[in-house]
Amino acid sequence: MRQLLPGLLIGLVFGAGLALSDMINPARVLAFLDVAGHWDPTLAYVMAGALVPSAIGYWLSRRMKRPVLEREFRIPQNRTVEPQLLAGAAIFGIGWGLAGFCPGPGIAALGFRLWQPWLFVFAMLGGMVVHRFYKNSQRGAA
Amino acid sequence: MLEPISPFYGLAGGFLIGIAAALLLVFSGRIAGVSGLAAAAAKIADRGPPWLQAVSFIVGLPLGALIVSSLVRTPHIQVTSSLPLLIAAGLLVGFGTRLGNGCTSGHGVCGVARLSPRSIAATATFMLLGFATVFVVRHLVGGGA
Repeated sequence: MRQLLPGLLIGLVFGAGLALSDMINPARVLAFLDVAGHWDPTLAYVMAGALVPSAIGYWLSRRMKRPVLEREFRIPQNRTVEPQLLAGAAIFGIGWGLAGFCPGPGIAALGFRLWQPWLFVFAMLGGMVVHRFYKNSQRGAA
Repeated sequence: MLEPISPFYGLAGGFLIGIAAALLLVFSGRIAGVSGLAAAAAKIADRGPPWLQAVSFIVGLPLGALIVSSLVRTPHIQVTSSLPLLIAAGLLVGFGTRLGNGCTSGHGVCGVARLSPRSIAATATFMLLGFATVFVVRHLVGGGA
């Protein structure tokens, strides 16, 4: 229960936010990314609205010895910007710009009787599997 | 065509997303990165959040969206991308988020809020490539479609 209930409730709130903000609609996301077309500012509002509570949560966590339900915080400590990080972000950005889906909205859109989000999410999992093979082959070569 | 919506929806929806990120951090001590949670739920990642938490979060996403859809506002999900384009987009998003350790949520919402240099660099990069890709697809290839 320590994992299931918080996971489900927090997922619910997150998914509710994606639907309320219309980020679940790839056309809305693409309209934000289309600076040379009929630009839509919604994604900027979403980011602004999200950063405030997210930053407060981080500020709070810095003042806690441990999270409420677990023994320790697992916050990435790596601060080095390496080429692999930027390459990954660039590849992700291209995929995002192609269809207007990123992982959260793609998954949140699965309940609306459309086949496109399902295809996107399965292809995304496929891409993750490809990365796993790629990483293992790199490890094997080194 | 896409109808404009009130900034209220963007701000309120973003607020909920940020609240979710804050709750996961304060209660479970983890970063709410959807790509990482999806990989953990599908057992593709060898590190990351516990499986049960990842699965319940991933199941919560569409449920939360459906609740808002029935109570507040029904989203009009407009997907114009063709089948091959969706597959290509999915493959790139999946591979890229794993290689770059995160997506719009983990880097964009969580990482930028804690001023992580990696997340700021990643967010700037995927935003820039998102803008560039849409520009190429809509204005160079698609002829303004």
